[in-house]
Amino acid sequence: MNVNTWLEPIVFFLFAGVVLFSAIGIVLTRNIVRAALFLLGTLGGVAGLYFLLMANLLAAIQLIVYAGGTLVLIVFGVMLTSKSPWVRFAPSRSEAAAATTIGLVLFAALAKIVTGIDWTVAAHPADQPATVRQVGNLLLQQYLVPFEVASVLLLVVMIGAAYLARPEN
Amino acid sequence: MSQATIPWIEPVPEKRVAMRRKALLVLFGGGLTALIVGCVMLGVFRALPDQVGTIVFILAGVLPILGGLGLIPLGLLNGSVVLTTLGFAQIGIGALVGGLLKATPIDPLVVGVLLLVIGPIAAGLAMLTAAGVIVAFKQVVQLLLMRWTALILFCGGIVSIILLVWAHAFVFRYVAQLANDTTLNTSATTTFGGDLTIAELSTRFSGNWRPVAFVLWPLQFGLIRDLIAMGGVIGFISIIPLYTIWWERKVAGRIQSRLGPMRVGGWHGWAQSFADGMKLICKEDFVPPEGDGTLFRLAPYLAFVPAICAFIALPFATTYVFRDLDVALLFILAMLGIEVLGVIIAGWASNNKWSVYGAMREACQMVSYEIPMGMALLVPVMTAGALRLTDIAKLQQDGFGSWLAWNNPFCLIAFFCYYTASLASCKRAPFDLPESESELVAGFHTEYSGFRWSLFFFAEYAAMFAVSGLAVILFLGAWYGPLPLSWAPAGNDIASAVVRGLLFDGPILFILKCGLLLYVQIWIRWTLPRIRIDQVLYACIQVLLPLTMLVVLGSTFWLLFDNSAHPAFESFAKVVRGLLSLVGVVISIAIAGFIIFGFVNRRRLVGTLAIEHFPGS
Repeated sequence: MNVNTWLEPIVFFLFAGVVLFSAIGIVLTRNIVRAALFLLGTLGGVAGLYFLLMANLLAAIQLIVYAGGTLVLIVFGVMLTSKSPWVRFAPSRSEAAAATTIGLVLFAALAKIVTGIDWTVAAHPADQPATVRQVGNLLLQQYLVPFEVASVLLLVVMIGAAYLARPEN
Repeated sequence: MSQATIPWIEPVPEKRVAMRRKALLVLFGGGLTALIVGCVMLGVFRALPDQVGTIVFILAGVLPILGGLGLIPLGLLNGSVVLTTLGFAQIGIGALVGGLLKATPIDPLVVGVLLLVIGPIAAGLAMLTAAGVIVAFKQVVQLLLMRWTALILFCGGIVSIILLVWAHAFVFRYVAQLANDTTLNTSATTTFGGDLTIAELSTRFSGNWRPVAFVLWPLQFGLIRDLIAMGGVIGFISIIPLYTIWWERKVAGRIQSRLGPMRVGGWHGWAQSFADGMKLICKEDFVPPEGDGTLFRLAPYLAFVPAICAFIALPFATTYVFRDLDVALLFILAMLGIEVLGVIIAGWASNNKWSVYGAMREACQMVSYEIPMGMALLVPVMTAGALRLTDIAKLQQDGFGSWLAWNNPFCLIAFFCYYTASLASCKRAPFDLPESESELVAGFHTEYSGFRWSLFFFAEYAAMFAVSGLAVILFLGAWYGPLPLSWAPAGNDIASAVVRGLLFDGPILFILKCGLLLYVQIWIRWTLPRIRIDQVLYACIQVLLPLTMLVVLGSTFWLLFDNSAHPAFESFAKVVRGLLSLVGVVISIAIAGFIIFGFVNRRRLVGTLAIEHFPGS
């Protein structure tokens, strides 16, 4: 019996527990900064799951883009836009109902997709080294067009944001 | 200033003398007993290898239960809660250990040695050391107050830490080698999934050396080696801030014509940070009643833990790395990014206007510096064609000229861009807006005190070391010396190993280079005035960002032409590289010259009053 065989499930359930706990926390808390912090738990836990799958690049990108960048932007946006930085959520009944409906539909769709996919993996994913190089090659050769489309989309969004933020004169 | 007597220490009251005598008696007696028990058990194990399982079972399972059965009626009759609880605890422990021994196929030798030999011996040694410290405390303090002993102890401590790390690396490598040794490794799998059993290991060690096998056995598991290495990493991160803070205060003092800390520890106040740490631990733990208590308590850890995590992927030398990740660079950047969140949360949870201003400034600053920082790092990554830090380092082993900072002009510019952005990322002056003590009291940590406050400083200094480490690995030749590695003596003897470790390749060189960059950071902090927040944003977004974009573009084209397909450009690139290395030499000599000049003239900068009080400073 290898150490990893019993350690892996423990670590998996640890990370999965963190993800679930903080996801529930996001929904239940009324304090917007606490919600952002719970989001850090979710994103960090997912990054941990990626590390467990030996998908180091994905995990690092997840941490940089979401946990590091986006989360700071969210907190920053809350502090800048609200009248007081100590703002609290007060969703109305209709908002809660709409959110629940959307959540349930999304969950149903995801559950359908997840159960429909054949999850047999070709080999142990850990046996395939150098993920960064492979991802880079795929992005710049096979998937060049979607990659460029995504970057053009981001550029459009950036120009739009700059236009909106420009002073009136 | 050596002192024979310490006038400010008052005579010890009699009650405390009596208590000390009791404590000494318990420690000495208990320590000696534990040591003797451990040695006897060791002898028993070595004499009777066949009945070990039974002996362990009787000693660790049956004896405690019997003792507990005896203790419980005694406690009940005397009405002593302690004795009764002790009896129940003994029965519980005995049942647990006995049950474990019977139920699981654990090698009884392992359990026996761990439980009955190593435990008592370690406890005995610890108790005797504690007793020794109590006895010799006064003498040790007197010794420390003589400045040269303090200096010798300080240097000896550094050397012994280096030796300790080296010994661990050596033992780990040896154990890994043993685990792969097919002549030793005969059985397929053993208890706990290790490759080697104690019996297999002990065939390698004859006679009196056999106990070594017990010590080496647990080390064959990667998990245990990882735990030890993690302990080393955490220890290193705890020592780095202590000494960088002391050093910063010394440098700041000299820059401001003062002496800095001089008293604690004797030699130039070298123990000042320890004293401050003790003070911080003893301070009142204040949590603002109107703030968000939970987040207020959580925030320091949110800043400190990512700073430690950055060291998981930061290599100190080719083999001295906790996890050699293929995305090490991205991982470290991500961890530095998460650290910022701790600062923001701290400011927000304090419910204090100064703190919130500090937090918002930190968020503004992070949004502006992070992109230029990442872009600047892209240049050496593109030049090296790798994200794994050890791979990038390997390209720079051919001496000073091969360091990536002088690889092409764009790399040199990228180095300065990165260094500027990294100052902002560590909240160091001139970018210490989140703190800015002259306008925001203390910025984000205004409400913090005691240990939580010190955690922010641990995080800040650990991050300073991490960004300096990245700069050294990506631009300044990593852990390689200025001479090509091929000139290093290849022998296996200690002399050539020492020469290699000090001059050519190894963690010591890496730490020295990082120390130099830390020194420059300290220098800049105490020299430049703080800039305004809008100036920070302007500098990062409107100056650094376009500059780094140009640099990335330029280095892309440079790399496109700097290869064997374009011989003319390649030879031009070689000339440029030579010129840039000359520039690098000049800069290095200039910095070294400034340091030496400042050190030689250090007394002229300090006022005469201080020299009268501390003639040797």
